[in-house]
Amino acid sequence: MSETPLLDELEKGPWPSFVREIKKAAAKNEMARDHLRLLERCYKDKRTHWKHGGIVAVRGYGGGVIGRYCDLPEEYPHVAEYHTIRINMPTGWFYTSKALRDICDVWDKYGSGLTNFHGSTGDIILLGCPTKALEPCFQDLAYLEIPFDIGGSGSDLRTPTACMGPALCEFACFDTLDFIYEMTMEFQNELHRPMWPYKFKIKASGCPNDCVAAKARADFSVIGTWKDEIQIDQEAVKEYVNELGAERIQKEVVELCPTKCMKFDPNTKELEIDNSNCVRCMHCINKLPKALRPGKERGATILIGGKATFVDSAFLSWVLLPFVEMKHPYDYIKELLRAIWDWWDENGKFRERFGELIRRVGMWRFLKAMKEEYGIDIPADVRMVEYPRTNPFVFWTPEDREEAKRRWRK
Amino acid sequence: MSEEKRPYKTDFGPPDYRLLLHPVIKKNYGKWKYHEVIRPGVIKRVAESGDVVYIVKMGTPRLLATDTIRWIADLAEKYCDGYLRWTSRYNVEFILTDESKIDPLIKEIEEGGFVVGGTWDATHAKYGITNIVHTQGWIHCHTPATDASGIVKSVMDELIDYFKEMKLPAFCRISLACCLNMCGAVHCSDIAILGIHRLPPVVKNEKLPKICEVPSTVASCPTLAIRPDPKTKGVQVNEERCMYCGNCYTMCPAMPMADPEGDGISLWVGGKVSNARSGPAFSKLAVPFLPNTPPRWPETVGAIRKIVETYAEGANKHERLGEWIERIGWEKFFERTGIEFTDKHIDDFTLAQVTLRNTSQFRW
Repeated sequence: MSETPLLDELEKGPWPSFVREIKKAAAKNEMARDHLRLLERCYKDKRTHWKHGGIVAVRGYGGGVIGRYCDLPEEYPHVAEYHTIRINMPTGWFYTSKALRDICDVWDKYGSGLTNFHGSTGDIILLGCPTKALEPCFQDLAYLEIPFDIGGSGSDLRTPTACMGPALCEFACFDTLDFIYEMTMEFQNELHRPMWPYKFKIKASGCPNDCVAAKARADFSVIGTWKDEIQIDQEAVKEYVNELGAERIQKEVVELCPTKCMKFDPNTKELEIDNSNCVRCMHCINKLPKALRPGKERGATILIGGKATFVDSAFLSWVLLPFVEMKHPYDYIKELLRAIWDWWDENGKFRERFGELIRRVGMWRFLKAMKEEYGIDIPADVRMVEYPRTNPFVFWTPEDREEAKRRWRK
Repeated sequence: MSEEKRPYKTDFGPPDYRLLLHPVIKKNYGKWKYHEVIRPGVIKRVAESGDVVYIVKMGTPRLLATDTIRWIADLAEKYCDGYLRWTSRYNVEFILTDESKIDPLIKEIEEGGFVVGGTWDATHAKYGITNIVHTQGWIHCHTPATDASGIVKSVMDELIDYFKEMKLPAFCRISLACCLNMCGAVHCSDIAILGIHRLPPVVKNEKLPKICEVPSTVASCPTLAIRPDPKTKGVQVNEERCMYCGNCYTMCPAMPMADPEGDGISLWVGGKVSNARSGPAFSKLAVPFLPNTPPRWPETVGAIRKIVETYAEGANKHERLGEWIERIGWEKFFERTGIEFTDKHIDDFTLAQVTLRNTSQFRW
């Protein structure tokens, strides 16, 4: 009789089975075999059998390893210590087969042979490593022909993430891969040594489609956009009209434009865009990629504060800078990040995310601190808000009052 | 160099991605002109130079054995000059330059027990459902209220046609997080599957003072339900205030939450992150609780199928689930899906006020 009757049910069906993967590893690895048996136990008991981690790390780093222990070590001895190692993936998740094989060889030597490609933040997850194997495994990865370093965890900079950007996508309004790689290399210390109130995430999407969900998941979200006019190839528009028909262009492109800034003339088969009313939502460009392209004056919007529910509710990132140029080596953004981290570290409570701190003290205090303490002047911009405040509880500072005196005395 | 002699290396960072790009990508970097989906699972990308690549997209369960990764590497060597990438939703993208290799590659993928799909064709308003972003669940997490991989497998088995074909009017992003901690950040998904607890933590004050920090445990509670217990030097929980988020257990192992009957799944709908047409939006509660029924979670699978099918039938072209609900109204959403609206759907947390209706504009 099978040892895992419940999990066997999940080998059936057309979608590739994770149970089959665990069994594959279990056939030659006793850790993976105990993992399989323990998972069956979880399925039977309808609860987890993994315990809190405690501090587990490799020498020199405070993050990147998640300690994990089984609560039934006598019955499942090979997963008694079964830690996760987060490996910083190549930016954009590009690989060569050689790089993949090398990681697999190291992992088979030290761990369970099970992985996640990839974890939620984007790292390669090596699932199940005994404590004593952590350091040699890391150093073997460090000495590969293409070396791999450990990613972030705990109250540090989490592994920054980018969409595929200009490597494969025509919508990319800046070089997301270059930017994220540059940030990752610049902030290695912040990534490996937790030193802040809580975690901090940086994610970059090349266009407003936001394929890496930067706005929902990152404290610092960088979303590509443009300022000038959408580039139109009217010949390509005509080809789409011939293929889809004029009615579909009218209904599915023009009428779905959120600001109704487009006009379509079925006689000339040409599209006209009032760019002063375009909000750069991407719908028409997604729909007609051969005919429409983002403009030429390209850059990014920087939004801050995004996070999941704990503790103060989920936040979507909100606009800090409506438009910045994205030029290597991104000195302005590095300076801004350092100022943000310093201010958050000074003012944030234990386990308070950056966005929650701003919610507690007010956006104006954050902007004031940036200007007065860090010399970063970010003027108020109507693009920062959906609409102006609806309550009259305004903080007026002594400087504001002095300024008003000067202005109105005359 | 022998292992003993080599200096201990730190802070060297991830590999330079430029070393891992296919030569045709390197050549046309930043100079792509357009793309089109030539069939489900296959994207053609055309550069300004006239160069073309074909992307064959393969779904995976995320959890992979090293031998499977080696098999994927074999395929990349045989068909893609050894180059490939992963998407943010665990799909492998094989990068081909030779169109004639597409069919043999797909054949090998399918023979290996994997599937090709997960694409969308915005031009023709035909969208597939792609892979489900998810968390560890019972595979490797200490705080889950449900499993992750088993539910994903069961839901994807049920929705497999939506993965292999492109028959939805718009994107439908499904994500799963196995507790409120939300490693998967599912809160802006068209359909979010979220594990929840329904019982307060069991406080083990006999060991709590030894293994937990009382102030940070008290501070971890969003509803201020935890306070110090002077008698035991541990904590007390005001159970009436507890909404079972599990954040205290994350801070303090002496406050376990897991319970086979108390734990289960909630479903949330209508979120999105893109700016296309409407702006980004949070997912809203559709089903407050479904039981944990391993190994196949039929209640959850059934509810998701019902939501997807009702949406697919009612939505206009390019209309996301949330945009469809916005148009037809929440009254109609609950009516058409047959999901019951309950007191649990009415928010009572920090941002509740903005979710309450102020108009007398109703649909009956």
